[in-house]
Amino acid sequence: MRRPRLLYVPFWATYLFLYAPIAVLVFMSFNSGDSPYSFEGFSLKWYGELAGNAEIRHGLVNTLVVALGATVLATVLGTLLAVGMARHSRSKLLDAVSVLPAVLPDLVLAIGLLVFYGMIKMTLGLHSVLLAHTVFGMAFVAAVVRTRLTHADTSLEEASRDLGAGPVTTFLRITLPQLAPGIAAGALLAFTLSVDEFVIAFFTAAPTEPTLPIVIYSMVRFGVTPEINALATLLLAVSFTVVIVAQRMTRLTESLS
Amino acid sequence: MLQITGVSRRFGDVTALADVSLEIRQGEFFALLGPSGCGKTTLLRILAGFESPDSGAVTLDGEDLLGRPAHRRPVNLMFQSYALFPHMTVARNVAYGLEREKLPKAEVRSRVAEVLEKVGLSAMAGRRPQQLSGGQRQRVALARAIVKRPRLLLLDEPLSALDKKVRAEMQLELKRLQHEVGITFVVVTHDQEEAMSLADRIAVFSAGRVEQVDAPVALYERPRTPFVAGFVGANNIFSGRACSVGLASDGLGVLPGSSDLPDGTPALLAVRPERLRLDGGRDGEGVLKGEVADVSFYGGVSHVSVAVPGRAEPVLAATQGATPIRAGAQVNLSWAAGDGVLVPQ
Repeated sequence: MRRPRLLYVPFWATYLFLYAPIAVLVFMSFNSGDSPYSFEGFSLKWYGELAGNAEIRHGLVNTLVVALGATVLATVLGTLLAVGMARHSRSKLLDAVSVLPAVLPDLVLAIGLLVFYGMIKMTLGLHSVLLAHTVFGMAFVAAVVRTRLTHADTSLEEASRDLGAGPVTTFLRITLPQLAPGIAAGALLAFTLSVDEFVIAFFTAAPTEPTLPIVIYSMVRFGVTPEINALATLLLAVSFTVVIVAQRMTRLTESLS
Repeated sequence: MLQITGVSRRFGDVTALADVSLEIRQGEFFALLGPSGCGKTTLLRILAGFESPDSGAVTLDGEDLLGRPAHRRPVNLMFQSYALFPHMTVARNVAYGLEREKLPKAEVRSRVAEVLEKVGLSAMAGRRPQQLSGGQRQRVALARAIVKRPRLLLLDEPLSALDKKVRAEMQLELKRLQHEVGITFVVVTHDQEEAMSLADRIAVFSAGRVEQVDAPVALYERPRTPFVAGFVGANNIFSGRACSVGLASDGLGVLPGSSDLPDGTPALLAVRPERLRLDGGRDGEGVLKGEVADVSFYGGVSHVSVAVPGRAEPVLAATQGATPIRAGAQVNLSWAAGDGVLVPQ
């Protein structure tokens, strides 16, 4: 039996709504002309311009430093937080508070951190953004790992203890491998969120150390150029790759466990 | 060898164990039998080190066991779910416990190979647990527990996850292995047939208490408490008061039985279905008379349930093979005095 074709209309309409602007952006990044609105011919020249732009390169390096650093910190701390909460705490409130940074409005978190940094007289720079991104990244990692933990079989840990492994060995050899897919997913999530995070970075970065989104923002203030389109296309490619890798990885590790 | 003295454990309002004392001997196959929630698993987890009792003492070879953490006890547990490590191969699973003892690699390898041979899984050493059948997983779990050569091996419902045919096989396998390795086995089960066929001695648990500890045959033939009479095997139970020739029952007259209970003690009389004699016909000698309500044929035996006036539940009789008796027939029921067991109430 064939489904009536009419049913597919809302389906395709939704996809069109979601992806048409992105398609236009990618298409326009290959424009040979200066205008971001009218296509004059195919060219890769804006990608070349991009590579030559020192400001963008600086922003990109800053973003990668922040994202990688925050991901490592957030993954380690978030995993420990999730395990600690699951195994050693029965407080529902503490549980809810641990994921709060993930759901708080960015603006609130940004202002809060700024005030806090001022209070402890910390200078702003890249490290302040890195720490700020660790805060919300950690909450995401903890939430993802926590879900995985609730499905994990506690008898495996007991079996490990029973076979003569102390608590540390048990954690490293049994608990961690069980959680690996969750940890990997959490880490990739933290990384992608950090790469395109704007509000918190804008508040907590030193003016001399802007991250890529801040650089883009300051460029866009003078109008969208095809150079921005090219940059956005590259960012899109990175996000897509990370998402696909994340999916593959979870599928792979899940089939192993 | 294992001495459990006055162990109690409460969870909130629920008493899981109430003053339990048991002695388990070297090389014994010992079963803790009882319905779910009777505390037998709690006792097992106390022995393994995952729970601690509120009071009481446990010693193994005269040494205190409760003071030691789970990973320092010469005791291993085979989990009901098997708890095999999914990210390790069969060989790595079995080697895990030996590696924790920091044994030389060559010795670990030879002992793993030896134990896998013993459980017949040498060919599966490189597989992962999820690639094995239920019976094979069970053997891996067993191999992983015995490879450490513990003083005491605990088994939590070892056969419950297997289907009937594999279960019978594993039952024999367990007995053979226990004989071969000479480790003391303590098995927890709710399945009385499993306990009967495996164990040298059985402790029957009910609501956190030990009701009776005995060899399987003694447990079956001489239940000493009403719970054991009702729980272990099928039984026809009559209530009343003890008298010189048996039981003065409530509403069914005097029923033959043997006991040394003083006359007038409130008691139950238990008669096994296979000890009941059935005679057709209206007249003839019989302790009880009744009408056959139902006949079920099981191949080796037939169960005849007889409605006896004055008694709510039917009386169950078991006969060898097929029986000519049909539903609706009038029958006489009788048994030898020696087959009626009196249990104080």
